[in-house]
Amino acid sequence: MSTPKPIHDPIKQPDSERIEVKNTTCYMCACRCGIRVTLRDGEVRYIQGNPDHPLNKGIICAKGSSGIMKQYSPARLTKPLRRKPGADRGDSEFEEISWDEAFSIMEERMAKLRKTDPKQFAMFTGRDQMQAMTGLFAKQYGTPNYAAHGGFCSVNMAAGMIYTIGGSFWEFGGPDLERSKLFVMIGTAEDHHSNPLKMELSKFKRQGGKFISINPVRTGYSAIADEWIPIKPGTDAALLMALNHEIIRTGLYDRDFLIEYSNSAELVNMDDNSTEYGMFVRAEVPEEEGCFDPQNKLWWDRNTDKAIVADRAIDHDPYLLGEYALQDGTPVKTSFQLLHERLEKYTPEWAENITGIPAATIRRLAHEMGITARDEKIELPIAWTDVWGREHDTVTGNPVSFHAMRGLAAHSNGFHSIRALSILMSLLGTIDRPGGFRHKAPFPRPIPPCAKTPKGPEDVQPETPLNGMPLGWPADPDDLFVDDKGEPVRLDKAFSWEFPLSVHGMMHNAITNAWRGDPYTIDTLLIFMANMAWNSSMNTEQVRDMLNDKDDNGEYKIPYLIVCDAFQSEMVSYADLVLPDTTYLERHDVMSMLDRPISEYDGPVDSVRIPVLPPTGECKPFQEVLLELGTRLKLPAFVNEKGERKFRDYPDFVVNFETEPGSGIGFLSGWRGKGGEQFMKGEPNPNQWEMYEKNNCVFHYELPRSFQYMRNWNKGYLEWAQEHRLTRYAEPINIHIYSEVLQKFRMAAQGKSDGKQPPDHLRKRVETYFDPLPFYYEPLESQLTDKHKYPLNAVTQRPMAMYHSWDSQNAWLRQIHTYNYLYVNSATAKAEGIADGDWLWVESQWGKVRCLCRYSEALEPGTVWTWNAIGKASGAWNLEPNANESKQGFLLNHVISEELPAHDAGEHISNSDPVTGQAGWYDVRVRIYKVGDNEKPVTMPQFDPVKPAPGQPKRKSWLGFFAGGKKQ
Amino acid sequence: MSDDNPYGKDPTGTFFNRVQSFEIGDYPNTELVHFPKSCLHCEEPPCVPVCPTGASYKREEDGIVLVDYDKCIGCKYCSWACPYGARELDEHQKVMKKCTLCVDRIYDEALPEAERKPACVLACPTNARLFGDVHDSESEVSVTIRESGGYQLMPEWGTQPANHYLPRRKTKIKIHEDELIRADNPLKKEGLKPKTVVDEATLDDVTSW
Repeated sequence: MSTPKPIHDPIKQPDSERIEVKNTTCYMCACRCGIRVTLRDGEVRYIQGNPDHPLNKGIICAKGSSGIMKQYSPARLTKPLRRKPGADRGDSEFEEISWDEAFSIMEERMAKLRKTDPKQFAMFTGRDQMQAMTGLFAKQYGTPNYAAHGGFCSVNMAAGMIYTIGGSFWEFGGPDLERSKLFVMIGTAEDHHSNPLKMELSKFKRQGGKFISINPVRTGYSAIADEWIPIKPGTDAALLMALNHEIIRTGLYDRDFLIEYSNSAELVNMDDNSTEYGMFVRAEVPEEEGCFDPQNKLWWDRNTDKAIVADRAIDHDPYLLGEYALQDGTPVKTSFQLLHERLEKYTPEWAENITGIPAATIRRLAHEMGITARDEKIELPIAWTDVWGREHDTVTGNPVSFHAMRGLAAHSNGFHSIRALSILMSLLGTIDRPGGFRHKAPFPRPIPPCAKTPKGPEDVQPETPLNGMPLGWPADPDDLFVDDKGEPVRLDKAFSWEFPLSVHGMMHNAITNAWRGDPYTIDTLLIFMANMAWNSSMNTEQVRDMLNDKDDNGEYKIPYLIVCDAFQSEMVSYADLVLPDTTYLERHDVMSMLDRPISEYDGPVDSVRIPVLPPTGECKPFQEVLLELGTRLKLPAFVNEKGERKFRDYPDFVVNFETEPGSGIGFLSGWRGKGGEQFMKGEPNPNQWEMYEKNNCVFHYELPRSFQYMRNWNKGYLEWAQEHRLTRYAEPINIHIYSEVLQKFRMAAQGKSDGKQPPDHLRKRVETYFDPLPFYYEPLESQLTDKHKYPLNAVTQRPMAMYHSWDSQNAWLRQIHTYNYLYVNSATAKAEGIADGDWLWVESQWGKVRCLCRYSEALEPGTVWTWNAIGKASGAWNLEPNANESKQGFLLNHVISEELPAHDAGEHISNSDPVTGQAGWYDVRVRIYKVGDNEKPVTMPQFDPVKPAPGQPKRKSWLGFFAGGKKQ
Repeated sequence: MSDDNPYGKDPTGTFFNRVQSFEIGDYPNTELVHFPKSCLHCEEPPCVPVCPTGASYKREEDGIVLVDYDKCIGCKYCSWACPYGARELDEHQKVMKKCTLCVDRIYDEALPEAERKPACVLACPTNARLFGDVHDSESEVSVTIRESGGYQLMPEWGTQPANHYLPRRKTKIKIHEDELIRADNPLKKEGLKPKTVVDEATLDDVTSW
């Protein structure tokens, strides 16, 4: 009998000689926590949080520590692939090709398109973290058809807040839970900033703060909320308007804050016959041009009882409310007066019927917020000077804070809900103050920020970079990207009259529009890590058909599809050309100040990834692909004057690229200048990567304390930001309670302004939704749906253990969520005769899905919900064709449409917010019913199993991992 | 630790710390609980005396309950004896696995002192897990258990788990009615009262004495 092999010894410590520990940045979700990766003999053994990282301070979640199973996943693509001649898209019949061939194919095709019509090349990217580079590539190539995932994620949150307070949640700002006493979270389950937010929440609760969660579903963070207030989806604006109503009615607003720091007291022209109707009345001082608010508006002085220039630099005492007549007889009202009038009808009783929240609760919420803000004031002994030159001995704070995300955003009324939230935060006097909302660099920015897109078809020319940024911030109708008929120039119709402020583009309509040829057809579509044939598309089943649809000549309607991904997502099988990307552990990346850095409240922070492993197989980072293509196509940013390669590789590009020659601004803000002695701005430093590596992959500049608050109006900060080129101007960024920007679009729609005009069929739409004050309207799809037939709202959430579709391939995480249920309030389910665990149909006007029911008591009875993207197409992600994900798991996207039913605005209007183009994911109305007796216990729809692609690792039938030492 | 069917139907694996999520109460008075279930390192561990080979043992020096995998025959007696469901059989090595309290980490002097803690304690985003000596009455864990109402699971079993759980904390805000009526109410500054007209007749105009 042989001696049995000794088993792992739990007491033995790791064998240090074979061990290496490397720091990089996680990418198992979008948090960007610092991680320490322990390798043994060059293989990843375990991943820990980096205790020295400012974001996560050593903590790590289930996803982060399971990164190892992503690295060694059999779903990985390892070779460039070409669809086999004769095979259909979706068949997954590929042949291996070399990178050289792949580049030649792309170069030839893309060079031809660039010479003729660069619009014919479109590039859309998913939840990537390199928009600074992908956007640069698109601009250099000259195509307007570029966007990332923002339009179908949370652009309403970004736009609604940035157009109101000059900053937004998550990357660009958040709740100051360190100092807050009352925290209200709305429409957020588990989101992108999850680890840092969890850390803050636990500290907040330990300090005795009260945490209120407003959400149709009690999951995620809400588990530890002190109070859960269920709300009907899509009615947030009704609640927020009622809260604003009650706060003003009871005088619980911060009057001084509103006068000093917002346009509340400033006077709006009320002369119906004037072309200036609805615009602020301005003094005749020479107007400076620039993307900032000139300080020349008027307010009504309480002492002299007349209009004077709203000059905060001199003693002043204006009315906040009231209607007056100017000397020339022009009737005017303060913008706060207009808000007050707007709020009149939005009583708590009115909101009760819409939101399902009792009026008494709404009132109590308003009182808790208002009284906490007023009576628990914080005074920090920090002296600062405001932009008008007034010196303050202290920084004051009203400790009520908020956080909100997709639950508010992913509705077609989300922009105005978020404007209403931003106004609530402002009424309470909480903007960039201790205990309230705090900005993160590079925000605050002017309202709206300076970047602008091109303005017309003439800005798109062959062999020429795009004349403008691919994405920008329209300030008035003339900033729209439309032709002389007012029709869109972009494929996705972003920045057109249909969706004027679609500041993140509208990726969710790119495929449908290209397939239909509305506004035009394209030749080549490049998709980077976006699963458009599955969970990233609304109307998934038909989008799959569109990808595979041919015209009368037998040619694909979208002639050429390039997909770059590290994994075999559902999208990959539709590609004509597949480019294998690296994992996050195999690449350099930058979380750049030019994109979405990881800044903290106390100052700018950016960070990097540094490879801990070499690329697997022939994987190549997508940035290297863009760099190589840009060089081959001789795009100006990537070649020197002679047309020769300018950058050796991506790390070299990151170090040496400058936004303009000699600008000193590049992808990374830390250790700039030849010897690394500068930051934000400075010459390229050849050792920049090494310096990041030595410093936990992070550059963190902590602002002087006097620059850390009130940054919209903080002279020291604004001048610092200007000097370090974060902003162009050091002008005050006053809060737009009343939005003149929106009014300008409305005036155009009413034919009252000279500039660009909407097409007639969109005039009413623009006039309605470009209201300078927020208002509540029922989500557009609900307005166009038979609600008796489809009485329920259906929404999705992301679980803590998975990020979108990324993790069903992960051997560890899929043991936590192997398939998803449709959660139904037990009373709602019982009324339909559906038992817990039964199969049921969930059906909208667009389609139906067969799935499993799970009873829930933590759910508003008019809502059903499920986890997003756990359901998979059979065989995709190299799971076995009978894996639970495809047999029991399901995707709700099949019942969600990317377009609204035909209505007066048009036949094919995107199912999106009419202001921002934000995808209305959560607007769908459904009904549920029990399956027939003879139906199979399997989810529907089903798709033919996807075959593994050449070069994919084999699936193992079991895995065994241990991290310690073996017994000797 | 092994994972079975990692990419197929019904994947399973060996866990040290399963987290069970469940709802309490009826709508709308609902709580959602995420309940971690690792080995509780009992003072009187029922899994130890039932082990026929002595593989399952409790360390004298620190009370950590461990399995000597080379003695374990995979008979599962211990998992039946454990009232907390903390032990799982590794289906490939055929030995019983459980939380080791990261015994290899907590004494590893190569690590900075702050990191000599179990991985779950270091990882927890909300710092909900505390680690220390429950026999030291002044340790952070003992103080917390004492002052925040820490409790043991199923004390009726007499297992005396070393691991304790802490109850939920609720914060409420009490609003008094008169807090809504204040002398400094900003509405007072808005001159909302109708203005008096000066050019109409008054008593002043008609009274001569």
